[in-house]
Amino acid sequence: MFKSEAASWFRIYEMFQFKSFHMYGIIGSALAIGVVMTQLIKRYKIKSAFGETIVIPDKTKSFYRYSLGGIVFGLGWGLSGACPGPIFTLLGAGFLPIIVVLVFAVIGTWVYGMLMDKLPH
Amino acid sequence: MEWIFKPWPWYIGGPMIALILFLLLFFGKSFGMSSNLRTLCTLCGAGRNSDFFKFDWKTQQWNLLVAVGAIIGGWIAMHFLSSETAVLLNEDTVAQLHQLNIKSAGKAYLPEELFGLDALLKPKIVASLALGGFLVGFGARYAGGCTSGHAISGLSNLQLVSLYAVIGFFIGGLIMNHFLLPYIL
Repeated sequence: MFKSEAASWFRIYEMFQFKSFHMYGIIGSALAIGVVMTQLIKRYKIKSAFGETIVIPDKTKSFYRYSLGGIVFGLGWGLSGACPGPIFTLLGAGFLPIIVVLVFAVIGTWVYGMLMDKLPH
Repeated sequence: MEWIFKPWPWYIGGPMIALILFLLLFFGKSFGMSSNLRTLCTLCGAGRNSDFFKFDWKTQQWNLLVAVGAIIGGWIAMHFLSSETAVLLNEDTVAQLHQLNIKSAGKAYLPEELFGLDALLKPKIVASLALGGFLVGFGARYAGGCTSGHAISGLSNLQLVSLYAVIGFFIGGLIMNHFLLPYIL
């Protein structure tokens, strides 16, 4: 995350400005390999290190939770420049103010948990 | 081997993410970082007030370990594997950011104005970081995943709902970037 600059606020800003291929290259190449890998695992029923067939469950079908949740996440991503993975990475790299982001991400998660029954899913 | 100490190109970063996905699947797990935020809530006792957080956090220990790994990785990358960390951005982006008063664009890894230590002394900046974090946490749980869970794992599994989530991520990001950041910064 760190070396590829996916954890950099600047790169996320640039991505939403469509001014560089970099972030799209990272996500795109990860996905290209990921799709092939996942389909191969499913088709050939590849076994895990523990000897069990790897099961990759389908996600529950719905529309609103994914779209609305996605938009809320995107707003945060654009503002903080960080998704959960990079938050941990930046913490390790020593950018202390990211602690504020982490603490409020946990609070945001908690508030969702308290409000979820009242939200469209 | 010099290249290791410079920023890594996308064709190294992307495949490495795919490698992580592979390792996690190979060990019978999944790749989804935002679940850790939920586990952290449970560790803080959120299960007392809400069923959503009432689960055995020990089943998620492996995922917490991935998060710890990310922390260690960031530390190693910053302190041992980087001779230069300034992100070389597109010129237009640097100019744009200068207009928004982010002068560290093109010269640093993160904007000093938002992530430098003195940023903690400015209430407006702290509020922005807090709001950003809150939206990420709330949104990721609502959507049932973040970029790792949906954009990487979900789309790799050809899940249509992950596409809805990723489109949502982009809509949100674009709105923030183009319409809101100029007012917030």
